[in-house]
Amino acid sequence: MECINKRSFGQKLKAYKRSPLSLALFLLVLVSTILTIGILLFLIGYIMIRGIPNIKPELFQWEYNTLNVSLMPALINTVIMTFISLLIAVPIAVFSAIYLVEYAKRGNRLVGIIRITAETLSGIPSIVYGLFGLLFFVTALGWGMSLLAGAFTLSIMILPLVMRTAEEALKAVPDSYREGSYGLGAGKLRTVFRIVLPSAMPGILAGVILGIGRIVGESAALIYTAGTVAEIPKGRDFLFDSTRTLSVHMYALTSEGLYVKQSYATAVILLFIVVLINWFSGYIAKKLSKA
Amino acid sequence: MDKIRIENLDLYYGDFQALKKVNLNIKKNEITAFIGPSGCGKSTLLKCLNRMNDLVEGCRITGEVLLDGENIYGDMDINLLRKRIGMVFQKPNPFPMSVYDNVAFGPRTHGIRSKIKLDDVVERSLRQAAIWDELKDRLKKSALELSGGQQQRLCIARALAVQPEVLLMDEPTSALDPISTSKIEDLAVELKEDYTIIIVTHNMQQAVRIADSTAFFLHGEVIEYASAEELFSMPKDKRTEDYITGRFG
Amino acid sequence: MTKYKESIMKAIFFAAACTSILAVALICLFLFINGIPAMAKIGIFDFLLGTTWKPNNTPPSFGILPMILGSIYVTAGAAVIGVPIGILTAVFMARYCPKRLYRILKPAINLLAGIPSIVYGFFGLVVIVPFIRDTFGGTGSSMLTASILLGIMILPTIAGVSESAIRAVPQSYYEGGLALGASHERSIFFVMLPAAKSGIMAAVVLGIGRAIGETMAVIMVAGNQARMPAGLLKGVRTLTANIIIEMGYAAELHREALIATAVVLFVFILIINLLLSLLKRRTG
Repeated sequence: MECINKRSFGQKLKAYKRSPLSLALFLLVLVSTILTIGILLFLIGYIMIRGIPNIKPELFQWEYNTLNVSLMPALINTVIMTFISLLIAVPIAVFSAIYLVEYAKRGNRLVGIIRITAETLSGIPSIVYGLFGLLFFVTALGWGMSLLAGAFTLSIMILPLVMRTAEEALKAVPDSYREGSYGLGAGKLRTVFRIVLPSAMPGILAGVILGIGRIVGESAALIYTAGTVAEIPKGRDFLFDSTRTLSVHMYALTSEGLYVKQSYATAVILLFIVVLINWFSGYIAKKLSKA
Repeated sequence: MDKIRIENLDLYYGDFQALKKVNLNIKKNEITAFIGPSGCGKSTLLKCLNRMNDLVEGCRITGEVLLDGENIYGDMDINLLRKRIGMVFQKPNPFPMSVYDNVAFGPRTHGIRSKIKLDDVVERSLRQAAIWDELKDRLKKSALELSGGQQQRLCIARALAVQPEVLLMDEPTSALDPISTSKIEDLAVELKEDYTIIIVTHNMQQAVRIADSTAFFLHGEVIEYASAEELFSMPKDKRTEDYITGRFG
Repeated sequence: MTKYKESIMKAIFFAAACTSILAVALICLFLFINGIPAMAKIGIFDFLLGTTWKPNNTPPSFGILPMILGSIYVTAGAAVIGVPIGILTAVFMARYCPKRLYRILKPAINLLAGIPSIVYGFFGLVVIVPFIRDTFGGTGSSMLTASILLGIMILPTIAGVSESAIRAVPQSYYEGGLALGASHERSIFFVMLPAAKSGIMAAVVLGIGRAIGETMAVIMVAGNQARMPAGLLKGVRTLTANIIIEMGYAAELHREALIATAVVLFVFILIINLLLSLLKRRTG
């Protein structure tokens, strides 16, 4: 027997004919979405087409000079910078999420203040972080423009992001897990580290990956804190060497105006990293929703 | 006289058949009650009458539904169909706007712009729903501030404001207290002068109190369809008898 | 022994939780200590309402009104472009999009949010600037260019937050609209969107915050002339651009004036945050 409750295209069209406003709204919605996705495709496509032919082996030489304009040092610096920033930010963020979820009593006024300050932090533009880093880490603490000053600045910047996702991940752990652990005579600390944290790990990881994405893409907060030297920091005092990450490298290239081809190539690498990060965090989120 | 004729209607949600070969004629200016245990298909059938089942993914319907002899699944405009067949939901669902805007929403949708006309429709609909006196001074207040019973009567007024021919009520009193319930029952009886009313209820006493005809559903089938008096006093089918005497469900 | 460990760790957790308070306090402290005296020296009115920024003149003038207006205009332009498109995209995502398509579109919009500002800026420089130059004449680096680019950059924020606001509206409102004979579009635009108002407003405010704080992308396409904004097709300088362009070589009062510029930007952001938390409270 024929199914009668599917509206044919003709019927829908007729309904729209009767109501031009509905048709207009529908078209607006459609055009806007096509525009949004179209912009994304155009941006990625344009940069890929112009950039991929410009990815040449000399871009990946160990030493940067004005002839090869190598992005290798910047790429390695990005990895180091990301690693140090996470090393600082992730424990603080996770510990503070633990405090908020596991320890703080309901209606605690301090919790309210922590939430407000975390929200404030997540709204502060990166240039303000950069300026603060310059005033505090670079100048007041006397670290100079350095890897360390940059990493500390970035770690404050990603703190609220990682903290919020960690908090949500901890909250999502069912209370029965905790009760089960207490029931076996485990103390609070043991419960948190052995039961709650492991089950919240995928959620925390997803937040950390988002944080990595921000670090990799950041430039305004780094120019006056980590500086723009295109070398891999070396030696005992490497933490106090000035470095440029890939995003800052790209800014340096475009603002000099001489290296358009290399800028395209760098943009491709940056986009590639961002796509990879997005895919990975999406993958983890999917795993999470299945579990 | 038959207002709605349902012929050989089958409905599937995916592989599950929720309605089986339903044949039913709904009489004009009567209250028809659909009763039966939960999951028996009574609400599902109700939603077939204004095509709300179209929203459900994987829902397939075969058969025919005729409103005044016209196939509602044919060339009839779906929005006009829903204007002709109004619906009141199980949980009161006033829009988060003022009382006035709630009632005026339908008329505005169907092209009434003049303030005078709208004022008139709002007052008439609220009066019909027997809630004008309670709300006439609160027309600009948010509808969400009303009590549950008032919200449901507002929803009835909202449905009446588009001047439907049929009013579908899907367990309209299941979320309400006894006083509000009796108000809505009285209202339904009054409204049948002008409208054809179909009410789904899990409350047999309600069907006894207000219905003219009653259909008993079980596992997606109409087991028995008769005048309410007949069905409740001398059921023909054993299963109907079991249900109304409370042996199951 | 265990009890000892428990209380030490509790103290550590507590200290970690206080980090964000400390961070905000330090940021405020260092910005204000370095910025406020400059405002006093320049004169608060001359600073905020002065129309010329010529730090190298003798005597120098430090009026940041051009940059305040620049930021406001560019942000408003971005909102004009990004808000309608973003909200309409959110409507599509929440109420039109088939599940299969959604699995592709949602990550795409997240990706749009993840692209670094510097890449956006570069894209603006090599695509939008020439386009504006060829279409309208001039240099192409202009208020309009910056507005378009920022509009694109805030799209994913507005679309994402609006989408969850629309999804939070009970389905019963939508069904109520349909049952009255309203079309799909009418039920969405006249019932659901008004119901999602606070959440959508929050999305807009969040987007505006992003736009006003954006730096790298803007300096690459806005022209950055430190003079009163003179038209859509003329160059502008925003507060953020002012800081990043001149901080590298500024000294003494000039440097302090730049920090004071950041204070002004910071105050804008605080106001936006306040608005946001008010809206959030209304959404519950």
